[in-house]
Amino acid sequence: MNKILFRNKIRQIKIELGVSIALIVLMSVFIIANPRVFLDYRVYVSVFTVLPSLIILTASIVFVIASGEIDLSFPSTIGMSAWFFSMIAAIGTNMIFGFIAALAIGAFIGFINGIIVTKLKLSSLVSTLGMLFLLRGLIHIVMKSNQISLLNLRDSLFFKIFTYKINGIFPVQMLWAIFIVIFLWVLFYKHKFGSYVMYVGDNLISAKEMGINVDWVKIKTFMLLGIFAGFCGVLSAIINAYLWPTTGEGYLLLVLAAVFLGGTPTWGGIGTIYGAAIGAIMMGFIETGIVGAGLTGYYTQFFYGLIIILSLICHRIAGLKKKY
Amino acid sequence: MNNVKMNNSSVPLLEVKNISKSFENVLALKNINFKIGENEIVGLIGDNGAGKSTLIKILSGVFGPDTGGIYWKGFLQKNYSVTKAKENGITTVFQDRALTDQHSIWRNIFMGREITNFLGLVNIRMEKDESLKLMKVKMKFTSKFITPDTIIGNLSGGERQGVAISRALYFDSNLIILDEPTAGLSLVETEKVLNFVKDIKSCGKSCIFITHNLFHVYPVVERIVIIDRGEIACSYEKSKISIEELENRMQEICRIK
Repeated sequence: MNKILFRNKIRQIKIELGVSIALIVLMSVFIIANPRVFLDYRVYVSVFTVLPSLIILTASIVFVIASGEIDLSFPSTIGMSAWFFSMIAAIGTNMIFGFIAALAIGAFIGFINGIIVTKLKLSSLVSTLGMLFLLRGLIHIVMKSNQISLLNLRDSLFFKIFTYKINGIFPVQMLWAIFIVIFLWVLFYKHKFGSYVMYVGDNLISAKEMGINVDWVKIKTFMLLGIFAGFCGVLSAIINAYLWPTTGEGYLLLVLAAVFLGGTPTWGGIGTIYGAAIGAIMMGFIETGIVGAGLTGYYTQFFYGLIIILSLICHRIAGLKKKY
Repeated sequence: MNNVKMNNSSVPLLEVKNISKSFENVLALKNINFKIGENEIVGLIGDNGAGKSTLIKILSGVFGPDTGGIYWKGFLQKNYSVTKAKENGITTVFQDRALTDQHSIWRNIFMGREITNFLGLVNIRMEKDESLKLMKVKMKFTSKFITPDTIIGNLSGGERQGVAISRALYFDSNLIILDEPTAGLSLVETEKVLNFVKDIKSCGKSCIFITHNLFHVYPVVERIVIIDRGEIACSYEKSKISIEELENRMQEICRIK
């Protein structure tokens, strides 16, 4: 009996176990390739400075993918929220207000995405792709390739909350990322909402028959991602102390690669927050690792691709398949 | 239809009057009048595509009717929905079982009715314990390989039916609607389902048993309603008609038109 319980337990955390092993293997390879760089804390400090946004976005897109949809518009949501925050901060208004406005605009964009997908019944792949271009276009129209400098606010308390280095080493934004991942983990596995997301993604009709408001659940997943994209927008504006019209660009493929690398399947119904976080960490270290291993930056994309395909093959071999 | 005697009370438990429903120019139901009394077991029989599933989806609030009204204990129900039906104590075991394949038995049993605290956090331990109890007592799952953590996709058709029916019984319902509960089941498993229907009667609950197999429904029901091409063709008290007569009557109905 204990053997069966143990086997069930292993089966439940199979995906998480797999990605953890993959991360250990990856880091071991890097350490063997260049022990001087990867046994030094400074490489981790520099990666941890930029990693939080990637982790937060990857963990929150799990909800959208588990509900059976996809959202490609979040890089532009980041830009939009960062722009709102910077505008409000630059004219000297309370930055907390700017922060709340950034989250609200993120939630609003998510709400619009959700309405388009659920009420107008458009494919989320196409409609959020449209939203990606539309919002980015809007930012370019209003900013006209100008930049907003936030350098004079660098010493304010609000900036410190997000960019302080504990002991002069550990970037505090990494703690934010850890808190948010824990929050999302609880929301996904322990809260009613997370269960509803999984049921909706697994079998829309069953969920509807059991009285779950499926449209509203989907809208909420888009809003959740929007809010955390807004958070990342603020984070990005604060870390760079500068706002470019391109803020947020470049996250799209990294986040999607990280979430699938982390073991969340493409067909919806299940997902893993822990795997997403580990996937994001792997994606964050690949670039540094490749350069650190003595290869030039030209190899980065090649290795991204290689690692993604290899890990998806591993998930398949480990038995992650459409029907159990 | 109107002269059919109700069992215990003059006010029916659930009644629909003049219900019509169409899907993109196809009229699925035409002027349906149907009622069920307290502690009554009604068999709803019809060929494939007769409109049985549409009718029960209206009764359980999944679709709203185009015209007509739904009455619960004599009161007209406005804005009838799945939630409203659930509040009234109607539980439906749908043809597709309303299960999610990639999730565990305990998650499926409490789907849409999670035991939560004030923050909305699910009491997983309690749900698992309750599921285990339910599986032992109601489903009579004896295999030690099936635990509350077992994934639904790994169960057989009969076991899935067991989960769906036990779920209905757990949430103390007044009216249980079974949509094709015996479809695709072996003889032994069909027997289990019929025993369950007898349990419903002895618990004092009502049940609508939908099937196209007359021989499954006849032993357990008190009244039989035949539905054909979106209309109620006829309705019989079981005591007044033998199974042979009923079979002939059904074949006649199917040949007309």
